Amino acid sequence: MCGLCGVLMSEHWAEEGTGRRARGFRVVLLNRVLAHYGLTLSDWAGSVYTLRDAKGRSAVVTEIGSLWSEAEKLAGRPLDPLDPALLAALG
Amino acid sequence: MGKTPVTLVTGFLGSGKTTLIARLLAHPDMGATAVIVNELGEVGIDHHLLRRVDERTVLLASGCVCCTLRGDLADELRDLDNRRARGEIPAFERVVVETTGLADPAPIVYTLAAEPVVRHHYVLDGIVATVDARAGLVEPESVKQVAVADVVVVTKVDVAEADGIGTAVRGLNPAAEIVEAVFGDIEPSRLFSRPERDLRELKFEERPHTEIQPFCLIFDEQLDWTAFGIWLTMLLQARGADLLRVKGLLDVGGEGPLLLNGVQHVVHPPEHLDAWPDDDHRSRLVFVGRNLEREAVARSLLAFNAASL
Repeated sequence: MCGLCGVLMSEHWAEEGTGRRARGFRVVLLNRVLAHYGLTLSDWAGSVYTLRDAKGRSAVVTEIGSLWSEAEKLAGRPLDPLDPALLAALG
Repeated sequence: MGKTPVTLVTGFLGSGKTTLIARLLAHPDMGATAVIVNELGEVGIDHHLLRRVDERTVLLASGCVCCTLRGDLADELRDLDNRRARGEIPAFERVVVETTGLADPAPIVYTLAAEPVVRHHYVLDGIVATVDARAGLVEPESVKQVAVADVVVVTKVDVAEADGIGTAVRGLNPAAEIVEAVFGDIEPSRLFSRPERDLRELKFEERPHTEIQPFCLIFDEQLDWTAFGIWLTMLLQARGADLLRVKGLLDVGGEGPLLLNGVQHVVHPPEHLDAWPDDDHRSRLVFVGRNLEREAVARSLLAFNAASL
């Protein structure tokens, strides 16, 4: 449980055993992907992520596993890592 | 006390699951085993066929454990653990869950991985799928069960040739171990607590005109673990229903490789191995996917990895 906000924390396999520095790098990389969909992500106190779209709508996510479904809702379309347009944007 | 290993025994109707488990339970090494049997009918029969009715044998009847009874499975696992801790039942060191013939193993794996108390006390040891050598791999449920299995037991090889079915299983899931059985006669060590298979030994053959295709990706470059985690979680959200199985040995920059193992949406906590088995330190990933293109998956992973540089 996060002492500040009461969010029940769960360790996701992709986030296990990694420290604050790795978490910061993860946010940087995630933003490179999410930018293609007009979304931005910020870390809140190292405990949760806040996802925002250009219209100012936001969602709080606790771990990377639930990030993508929230991002799909805000983007209003599926987010597919195999999409050539996304890969071109990453390149 | 460590986590108790759980083995799922799945397989189509009449493919020999109960015979296999009954035989295994009679083995001296299998005494400390709790069994959860799931049947669709109103009146359970299979648990009687196991010929061991004690407090460690639990029947989940009138529903399927992969859909309506998933909560019941979690309840039973918690209850077994509590009763063991209180000394109310004989101690057990292993749990075998026999699914119905129509079950999809993936949601059961999800229950084991996601339910907080269950995941604290239990760990998935593996998925064993039985296939009747006579009936073959025809039913879609059976195909799915074999596609996600760690071990495939080809049964009834006394009355039918196993060669054809072995080829079909290898084509569908090259990472699975295949063992043949007559009346469930198998050494437990071939099914339980097995060492990981060396993914380099696997052979992949093109399966024309089939939705489910296994493939292997090999990467010369080191993979960034953060980028990999982002990529795979995004892929699982987008294509999880079609990504039946993923296994990998990854070079993420440590002394040894990182072992990855996933069943559909569920990825088990990755394990860092102390050392590589030999001088070949290239990452390798095995996928069993439905309508997934090998080149598209490889291109995507490399693009995510390059974005981390």
